[in-house]
Amino acid sequence: MNVFADAIAWIFSPDRASGALPLSEAIWTHLAFTVVSVAVAALIAIPAGWLIGHTGRGRELAVALSGAARAVPSFGLVLLLVLVLGVTHKVGASTTAFVLLAIPPILAGAYSGVEAVDRRVIDGARGVGMTEAQILRTVEAPLGLPLLIGGLRSATLQVVATVTLAGYVGNWGLGFYIVQGIQIRDFSQILGAALLIVVLALVLDALFALLQRVALPRGVSAGRAPENEPVRRRRRGPTAPAPS
Amino acid sequence: MTWVTSNLDLIGRLSVEHLRQSALPIVLGLLVAVPTGWLAFRFRPTRGLVLGAVGLLYTIPSLALFALLPPLLGISFLSEANLIIALTIYAVAIMTRFVSDALASVEPSVRQAAVAVGYGPWRRFWQVDLPLAGPVVLAGLRVTAVSTISLATVGILIGIDNLGYLFTNGYQRQIVAEILAGVVAVVVIALVVDGLLVLLGRLLMPWTRGRRAA
Repeated sequence: MNVFADAIAWIFSPDRASGALPLSEAIWTHLAFTVVSVAVAALIAIPAGWLIGHTGRGRELAVALSGAARAVPSFGLVLLLVLVLGVTHKVGASTTAFVLLAIPPILAGAYSGVEAVDRRVIDGARGVGMTEAQILRTVEAPLGLPLLIGGLRSATLQVVATVTLAGYVGNWGLGFYIVQGIQIRDFSQILGAALLIVVLALVLDALFALLQRVALPRGVSAGRAPENEPVRRRRRGPTAPAPS
Repeated sequence: MTWVTSNLDLIGRLSVEHLRQSALPIVLGLLVAVPTGWLAFRFRPTRGLVLGAVGLLYTIPSLALFALLPPLLGISFLSEANLIIALTIYAVAIMTRFVSDALASVEPSVRQAAVAVGYGPWRRFWQVDLPLAGPVVLAGLRVTAVSTISLATVGILIGIDNLGYLFTNGYQRQIVAEILAGVVAVVVIALVVDGLLVLLGRLLMPWTRGRRAA
């Protein structure tokens, strides 16, 4: 496995501190794009999703939206927005594309989390005199948290993958090394960058897996179902978005 | 829109290529996922192992997977085989979970009834479990088909011509209509294939007609 040794040598080479894109800067921009895009998408999608889940209104639209979003090619969306908003606004245009791609999974996580709460619990909350806002804030939101975090997890993976593709339009993120590596036929650079991207994706995914576990209110199992239970009785999580 | 009308033959040719490249991973994904999904459903130790493995594969971004496969499999980086194998891996990753869930959705009492009337494990799987799991398998196949068709466009980055060509070519030549045409063509093909799968499901599983598939 000489190629893998070369790839690892590429990662740890002192040359990575300089050049068109220093490695630390690539990792930093990759993470910054991901965190900012998911955060902006969450600010839009979480309130909307909670409202949909609480009122049940607009549900068909949200389901159709997340289904259709799966068909939209993320690479095409990035290039389209960069071209339409102008190549001088590449950062803003790319971020807009990432945000648009992150919204559907977060929306699905938010409304399915609220929907998965046992109706009797909500009736009980209403029965003891809670207002609708109180029910949403103190009952539905905490109980739906694990599914919401599942949505954030899917969105993050989607964005990490799309930021990689966006290395085609700018000198940022780890994907840039792959695009550049293809042009100059440097396979240790391609493989080295790919290994770092995989590590980044796995670390973020593991972080969310941990968060999902911690977020589960003690003594409550909403959003978690016993294994091998018939599916129709199981509370389904948000549908997984397409890999990209 | 003049770009579209004067390049209809190019769009058509790329669409056919695109469909051809997507079809194999979708079919292979289904075929491979039947045994792997069964393994994930049937035994507790293999369940964790299989679902963990597909979850891990699913996490790998596509461009990185393109780079990892050639040294592992001894194929060329800039080859159609690389694209098709990568798409197949994602398809298997999506389908395995759905097949496992689908088998779990079969009512245990029905399975016991089949055993009671004398079905052996092999015949019971093909004639009772799998057909009854059909609606959930179909749901998974629809997700797989749509995401495979959409993801195939990334192939252009490793030099494989399909509708993704309209993205990079349109970007380089700064023709918005060309990229837009590519995005619309991908979405239309994905939705048409999705519709065909729904029809196929009604044909193969007539008992689901009239009520909504899971």
